[in-house]
Amino acid sequence: MRRSWFILAIAALLLMQASARAHLVTTGLGPVYDGVGHFCLSPDDSIPVAALGLLAGLRGKRAARAVIFQLPLAWFGGGTLALLAHVGASPPLQCASFLAAGVLIAAAPPLPGQVVAAVAVAIGLLHGFLNGAAMRGASAGSGALALTGMAVTIFVLVTGAAALVVSIRVSWGRIVVRVAGSWIAAIGLLMLGWALRPGH
Amino acid sequence: MNKSPVQRTAFFCVAAVILLLTRQAQAHILPGEGGGFLSGLEHPWSGWDHICAMVAVGLWGAQLGKPAIWVLPVTFPLIMAFGGFLGLIGVPLPGDEIGIAASAILLGLMVLLAARPPLAVAMILVGIFGLFHGYAHGHELPPGDNGLLYSIGFVVATGTLHALGITIGIIHLWKPGRILLRAAGAAITLAGIVFMVQAFHQEPEVPTTSPAAGMILPAGTRTLQRSMDAS
Repeated sequence: MRRSWFILAIAALLLMQASARAHLVTTGLGPVYDGVGHFCLSPDDSIPVAALGLLAGLRGKRAARAVIFQLPLAWFGGGTLALLAHVGASPPLQCASFLAAGVLIAAAPPLPGQVVAAVAVAIGLLHGFLNGAAMRGASAGSGALALTGMAVTIFVLVTGAAALVVSIRVSWGRIVVRVAGSWIAAIGLLMLGWALRPGH
Repeated sequence: MNKSPVQRTAFFCVAAVILLLTRQAQAHILPGEGGGFLSGLEHPWSGWDHICAMVAVGLWGAQLGKPAIWVLPVTFPLIMAFGGFLGLIGVPLPGDEIGIAASAILLGLMVLLAARPPLAVAMILVGIFGLFHGYAHGHELPPGDNGLLYSIGFVVATGTLHALGITIGIIHLWKPGRILLRAAGAAITLAGIVFMVQAFHQEPEVPTTSPAAGMILPAGTRTLQRSMDAS
């Protein structure tokens, strides 16, 4: 009976919540965690990062080891560049990274490690730049801290995704990854259509 | 857990009170809002013509075995997304409803006959049909402001339908299952013929969003919508 009352109390706590004001207007967590939170809540950033992890994992341990460092650094570099250049609004180019990473995962061509690294750096620079441009109102210090938070989260995510793929031993596991790649590419293509939609 | 009747009654009373005290969940997608994950997730499930064709892709893939079992479900979403792209940017593609109905007929026939064409031919066939399905989805999309979440929902729903088809298709590993699978192909072909008749009875330009509410309409309600507009 005690367990039932415990479950009931938990249910009560969950159900009687006030409305969740979860927007990052004033989280009070500081710029580093704002960066972490922003990245985690932005699928337009987190999906390409996970996709790069999958791509690097498909190309083996060596490629994966390089990408897990190159991607966060490129992201940080791109963001810093945008912060220093005080760039304003930027076009929605995220669909390009969805398409590139998705097609490469789905097709799984025997790419050399340098090409995978180049793709990771290009996507990191692009997304970092777009994020930096979106933080144009922030001071250079807090912007850099937010980018640091993002870079650390990217490191964790890309490492996890790459490790997952590298550790796959069953043949259908890699097929599932390639199917996921085709989904990511399809999302990118639809996003491109959405961006070019007349009247949008 | 030996509960006395009093304890049990008290427990359910308190549970009922807690449930009744909860706040209103304002979780509905706003009318005309085509931008949400759930709205994208809903779209491929909104018409039987789409469901039949996508499940048929999975069934046929399972029948064909490796590598078609995964090549076809990879080809379909990619070409479908390309069709969606064409629909979104407003490229005209006449006869999309006829193409969708034809996809159900032919894919159903492939399952019924357990056809084994070369992989490239199967890919081209599935790709052409994916183009029509994607175009219809892209063309019918209501205005919204979050293309990414919509696209994620849309692609996940499409993939889920293929996975459903593949899962059902696994029954072909058993002899009675092969007969059942062919019967499913026959049912999809018949449904496709019905969709084809409906497609020929439709006018070329059909509004697929309600002017009043701007809601996504399931494929089956398009005729009703047209008659409402006419009246």
